[in-house]
Amino acid sequence: MKNLINFVLTIILSLALGMFLPWWSIMLGAFLTGAIVSLKKTAVFVVPFFAIALLWIINAWILADANDFILSEKIARLLPLNGNTTLLLLITGVIGGIAAGIAGVFGNQFKQIFARPK
Amino acid sequence: MKLFKFTVSLILVAGIFYALNTKIGDTPPLGKFLSPSQGFWQNEVTESNSPAESIAIDGFIAAVKVHYDETLIPHVFAQNDNDLYRAQGYITAKHRLWQMEFQTHASMGRVSEIVGAKGIEYDRGQRRKGMEFGAENAMAEMQKYPEQQKLLMAYRDGINSYIESLDASSLPIEYKLLDYTPEPWTIKKTALLLMYMTDMLAGGDADLENTNFIKLFGRETFDLLYPDFYEDQDPIIPQERDWSDFDVQPVEKPEGDFPSDFISKTMDKPNQFNGSNNWAIAPSKSASGKPILANDPHLQLNLPSIWYVMQLATPEKNTFGATLPGAMGIIIGFNNDIAWGVTNATRDVKDWYKIEFKDESRTTYKYDNEWRAASPRIETIKVRGEADMIDTVIYTHYGPVSYDHSFMGNNQKVGYAMKWAGHLSNNNQQTFLELNKAKNYDDYAAALKYYTAPAQNFIFASREGDIALWVQGSFANKWPEQGKFLMDGADSKYEWQSFIPQEQNAHVKNPDRGFVSSANQHPTDQSYPYYVYDDGYEVYRNRVINNFFRSKEKFSIQDFKDLHNNNYNLKAAELIPTMLTEMERSALSANEMKMLDIIGQWDFNNDIDAEGATIWERWWGNLYRITWDELNIENIAIHRPDAYQTIWMLKNRPDHAFMDYQETTEIETAKDLFLMTFKEAVAGLTEWQEFSGKSLAWEGYKATYVGHLLQALPAFSRFNLPIGGNGSIVNATSQNHGPSWRMIVELGDEPNALGVYPGGQSGNPGSKFYDNMVDTWAAGEYIKLLFMKNANQTSDRIIFSQNLTPSQK
Repeated sequence: MKNLINFVLTIILSLALGMFLPWWSIMLGAFLTGAIVSLKKTAVFVVPFFAIALLWIINAWILADANDFILSEKIARLLPLNGNTTLLLLITGVIGGIAAGIAGVFGNQFKQIFARPK
Repeated sequence: MKLFKFTVSLILVAGIFYALNTKIGDTPPLGKFLSPSQGFWQNEVTESNSPAESIAIDGFIAAVKVHYDETLIPHVFAQNDNDLYRAQGYITAKHRLWQMEFQTHASMGRVSEIVGAKGIEYDRGQRRKGMEFGAENAMAEMQKYPEQQKLLMAYRDGINSYIESLDASSLPIEYKLLDYTPEPWTIKKTALLLMYMTDMLAGGDADLENTNFIKLFGRETFDLLYPDFYEDQDPIIPQERDWSDFDVQPVEKPEGDFPSDFISKTMDKPNQFNGSNNWAIAPSKSASGKPILANDPHLQLNLPSIWYVMQLATPEKNTFGATLPGAMGIIIGFNNDIAWGVTNATRDVKDWYKIEFKDESRTTYKYDNEWRAASPRIETIKVRGEADMIDTVIYTHYGPVSYDHSFMGNNQKVGYAMKWAGHLSNNNQQTFLELNKAKNYDDYAAALKYYTAPAQNFIFASREGDIALWVQGSFANKWPEQGKFLMDGADSKYEWQSFIPQEQNAHVKNPDRGFVSSANQHPTDQSYPYYVYDDGYEVYRNRVINNFFRSKEKFSIQDFKDLHNNNYNLKAAELIPTMLTEMERSALSANEMKMLDIIGQWDFNNDIDAEGATIWERWWGNLYRITWDELNIENIAIHRPDAYQTIWMLKNRPDHAFMDYQETTEIETAKDLFLMTFKEAVAGLTEWQEFSGKSLAWEGYKATYVGHLLQALPAFSRFNLPIGGNGSIVNATSQNHGPSWRMIVELGDEPNALGVYPGGQSGNPGSKFYDNMVDTWAAGEYIKLLFMKNANQTSDRIIFSQNLTPSQK
């Protein structure tokens, strides 16, 4: 249950912060969520990772699909990924996911060190 | 333990943030760049997807209506000039901002700021040419025209309104890729953009190379290989033109010879194929009875294109055509009454003076009987990620000492100063503003008076039925051969003494032959009473064009299209018969005979499927290189004779000493070179075919591409375009160079105009308008230009409209 709450909150906070902050709003969102909703073991990383990977992939796909993937295809040649836009979407998700996952881990550690002992 | 984990995760989070927020090598900052809310995904848009209906912008006096047609050409209707040019600035920036800024950075020598140390050599060259110095001189002159100054400010502010509207997510993609942000536009940037064009079109000369050549091979050989006039020439101004009405001011040639120095290396020259075609026919020569004009400037083929097409209208004027992003008004275009176009009026307007400094401090230099003070200009080149590079350029009264001990020279006390028409104070911008509203020949001729450099052949046609051509620019009135070689900067007698009076620049109005044309050839024949010299007059396109117009009585728009797309290779046609006659067939293998047969049957058209064209181009390239092998001299700059004179030598002086190929022990003649280079060409082509798997069709061998301005980033460029032609052909499309804008205008009750360029209106590689005209252009087709009479006209070709409105304060 906590996993789901963390997942949803990461997305909501990142979206909200993204309204007025640059790309690293997802790191801040994952950090805050990590500090609020404690998770255990690998979930600390995995949950925010998947939350943001999903958010970025869907968001990117909506933008690209509306424009027939004209630019994505070019960027996928430039990076170079052989023009494979699916791979570009996946890499976008992974990069966002890693940034968020690590920020989530940090949020968790932050809570543990600053939270009052129960 | 808790503290340890905390510390580790803190370092990790900081590390990942840094890694994803920083450009590393050529890789953009990946977090920033891939983020859907801020990165490149935000540029995945086409302008016609849900455009705003109305945009409020500071500084507008009244609302401006903008209709975009299906090619994304904006049709701008303003109530006054202030709003018109403000809107031009805003709209151009909206579609071309990155390019506008990049070109002005390139002009001033600020590329290293963006790309790092690999830009330093280029930047230093721009500083050594005095690009900023020229822009400052132009700015000072423009300030004398307060009305124009207001418009320049409005244009600037329009651009800045767009820049201010940007945030991290809406920046053009190149900024995101290279991780930097735009700076505010200034009037100086407009001057720098015009200097960029001046350098491209009037930045070449061969004076120092000529000097070297004479020292090595003597005067007689020089005159043989580099004649001032060619045997075959068809000058811009018809030879019938009588100049006796010109009251010519004589210039005195000083005694003595030019300094005899060896110059080891000179700066890169502009592309030798920078040039253009234009032609216009009078009503008497037109099938419709209406004058028709055409123009196609040949420049490097880039994306975004150098041109941006607009219609710019106020109640006083209504003008359509190609603009240069960064400059006001239409540069090549038409209005209801006139049409005009330009080709480069090639001439040697850049001369070199040898400067003797008094001592190694280089603070004074010899001039007649005194030591004149030189002024150093400290050039600070900012380099991305590295310390600034400082270069000191010494300025004399001639201009910058481009070459000295620290730049391509080695003598502490000697330098070479540049005297260049590009540095003269000028107000070229005013010419275009006045042409935009010109109604007749007199308005056109008056508009040209402001124009200094790069000299252009301004072609003109009017609804009234006049056609004309002025070779316009500031030209020094030189004695014969002045400035063809290095001159002594210590002797005032070698100075440019005066200028050719503007009204005595070569021009012609309504010639008997019923047409005017230019293609970068000689402006006139020898009878023009002033000395005219350039190292690179074109000898082929002009003859094909003029012969075409002499070939029949009447011409139509279809004829104009055919001529734009004419692939006739006159150069090949003038040499191949000799090559075939001289060919030693017994020495050829079966494969070589096969290729010789192909070229023997070729009709001399560089069409896309012509295999003969491929063999010829390879053969000619080898032949040209080997003919002049004597001129590959280490550490001495040499300018090779041009194609025309090379062919003249091969045909008329086949036994000349230069025909020998130095690598062999025998003494070769032209005949031997034909055989040798043909065998080499066949071997090379056979190898190329095995490697590429392609046929010999010309389009595949030439492989024309339109490259993105940033070192032709492949993902943002277009390759292997199916188009014929080549340099020296009317369809001047070579591998990465050619017709950058093709325009045909028939003037009548209303103008009937066609245009196309190898690009698209949008500078955004994510837009479908980024390169949508490329295929149309390659196919030799045109867009019918929608000349709207007023803002309320309706057309089903309009895809969306916008109001630019004054901001409510």
